[in-house]
Amino acid sequence: MDFDLTADEKRFRDEVRAFLAEHLPSVEERSKIGPAFFPEWWRKIREKRWVGFDWPKECGGGGGTIMEQYVLKQEMLAARAPGLGRDYTGLGWVGPAIIQFGNDEQKARYLPDILDSKSAWCTGYSEPGVGSDLAALECRAVLDGDEYVVNGQKTWTSMAHTGTGLYCMVRTDPDVPKHDGISCLLIELSSPGIEVRPIESFAGDHFAHLYNDVFFRDVRVPVANRVGEEGEGWEIICSALQRERSGIAEVNRHHEALERLFKLAAQSSMAGRPALENAELRRRLAAFDARIEAARLNGLRSLTRQVHGENTQSDSSINKLHNCNLLVEMAETAMELLGGASPYTGDTEASLYKGRWQIGALGWPTTVIGGGTPNVQKNIIAERMLGLPKD
Amino acid sequence: MNFGFTQEQEELRSQLRRFLDERAPMGEVRRISETEEGFCRALWKEMAELGFLGLTIPEALGGSGLAWVDLVVLLEETGRSLLPSPLLSHTLASAALIQAGNEAQQQQWLPRLADGSSIGTLAFLEDSDSLAAENIKLIGQPDGAGLRLAGQKCCVMDPEAADFFVVAFRRGEGERDLRLAIVEADAPGVSAQAFPMIDATKRMGNLELDDVHISEEAILSGSASGASDFERLLDAGALAVAAEMGGAVDEALRITVDYAKQRIQFDRPIGQYQGVKHPLAEMYVDAESFKSLVYYGAWCFDNRPDELPRYASLAKAYATEAFVRTGIDSIQLHGAMGFTTAQDIQLYFKRSKWARPMFGDAATHYERIVAMRGH
Repeated sequence: MDFDLTADEKRFRDEVRAFLAEHLPSVEERSKIGPAFFPEWWRKIREKRWVGFDWPKECGGGGGTIMEQYVLKQEMLAARAPGLGRDYTGLGWVGPAIIQFGNDEQKARYLPDILDSKSAWCTGYSEPGVGSDLAALECRAVLDGDEYVVNGQKTWTSMAHTGTGLYCMVRTDPDVPKHDGISCLLIELSSPGIEVRPIESFAGDHFAHLYNDVFFRDVRVPVANRVGEEGEGWEIICSALQRERSGIAEVNRHHEALERLFKLAAQSSMAGRPALENAELRRRLAAFDARIEAARLNGLRSLTRQVHGENTQSDSSINKLHNCNLLVEMAETAMELLGGASPYTGDTEASLYKGRWQIGALGWPTTVIGGGTPNVQKNIIAERMLGLPKD
Repeated sequence: MNFGFTQEQEELRSQLRRFLDERAPMGEVRRISETEEGFCRALWKEMAELGFLGLTIPEALGGSGLAWVDLVVLLEETGRSLLPSPLLSHTLASAALIQAGNEAQQQQWLPRLADGSSIGTLAFLEDSDSLAAENIKLIGQPDGAGLRLAGQKCCVMDPEAADFFVVAFRRGEGERDLRLAIVEADAPGVSAQAFPMIDATKRMGNLELDDVHISEEAILSGSASGASDFERLLDAGALAVAAEMGGAVDEALRITVDYAKQRIQFDRPIGQYQGVKHPLAEMYVDAESFKSLVYYGAWCFDNRPDELPRYASLAKAYATEAFVRTGIDSIQLHGAMGFTTAQDIQLYFKRSKWARPMFGDAATHYERIVAMRGH
């Protein structure tokens, strides 16, 4: 056990710090520059090969080790730098799937755009009848010459209204066991026969239009757009490139939220007295602190397991449970502290603090439900880590 | 950066587990806990011979000179097996001498602690609910070439087994006047009494000091501020208890998971129902989470002393809430069987009752965490 960085890790950290000192304008300067800041930022970090830092070098990535990825992420978060590239989904799993399962032509065609922040991939997993039981998906693709003809529907498709392509799991063979009949297609969202309809979220504000229904009517997709073999889709879903998974970004957000929550508490009253004199509230805030710190350290333990090539499958489930509970409970605590201001919405004098706490109290389902509900995570932990029988 | 145990630490763990499984299986734990002394001297001697009692004691003084992270491995394993022994007392008495003893005091006691020939314990508290230095009221009155102590200490672990007590007292009213002294059990005026416990594997009680004379040589020199030694030892205590709790929670969970796999109701193992598997998953998440805090806290003990107070508190607070809940849930998941003495799970439930207040309950540590944040 040693929580100090090694000499090499320190050297890399200093390199990142020096770069940020030279190239990252302050938050105020950035807001003056406006949206024009981003393309310039993406170009600069692309030159450093920090976009796709976890990808292999031969695919245009940075070939960073797990620890270097962690250090880079941590330094970027500490400096409040914007994300490492625009195409979050492309960088996160579409690119890695193409790297692992795609052919050379697909790599040449798709990877540079992801790294250059030109594409914006979306994920086509969920369907109206298919949530946690993903392998039961029904969206159908039938081979016709050198094209697949796709019919069906995807749902909860984040940002499909602004995206460029859909990384889509389809059923190519309905006559084999459900896990064996799934294939992976890369579908351009501008293809004829695709209709994107918004799903309106109750959260309002910037959560209002995040998700979409995507309908396919006789959408023709070239066979050349299939990643991997026919029937290999489930394997692709379950695979993941070795990537830093410490959850540091979430932990960082929680730390900041708790700091804001303490400030809010210092300015609020509870039951007619200063809120921070309330023993129950003090204990609750401290318990958040303990869980956030535990999540941070769990992440570091997981990182070490990743470096050693050990199984870390359920670490992300543990991480997610902490994230979900903290998001919901901290938001609810803030609402209690806001008291009579808490039912107001929007940026008015009545809502206090520009209505940001209220947004948090309504906006958590995006994170909590997406990627498997807390109950699904508990099933995963109980079955994988404790060996309990499946439901 | 590396947040894992070394090969040597994993080997120590396997060695300990083999030893405890063989020499202190649950039947033996029950038998030992019912004896008058409440621990087995033969087993204690064996542990000394295997080097388990001198892990953090310097090599020159008969120990292995290892770190607190190594000690955590030992405490997790004795916590897992519920071994009735004065190990926690011993660990903290050793820490007190390493922390605050001068060369002569260390020479006198540490080799005897490492080879198991002496047992030491802390006698700090006077009010069972307060760990605050200002609540140590015992005053050392001038008495010839030394001091005289008259008063009572409570929540003293292993009071009847101890050959000596590390007693916290004051030489005056100031914060710097808090001092620690070695008081031998056979000195005139010293008496100790253990009281019946919910958890029979643990012994605890009071130390009575009836005009006990202590020489200047028995006073640990310590750091300039006596309160900082006192607080560091309380933090060590919180971490040590939390480390034992980690092993105990793991084992309580294992026992309950095994039961949930075997117990059939409505034609299915009860572990197939989400009403059973979800609380078990939550126990696992909490156990792994507070153990992360314990490991980091133990590393801080040797490497980042400034961070020790915060992480000792985070670890003990989280561990306490998790263990209390695990104790209750694991009994409930055993159904009516959980109510019987025949099942081992009740022993872990009872252990959670012992561990809750030791070196600070959740309320104490959560309050300290908020105060440390400046609120």
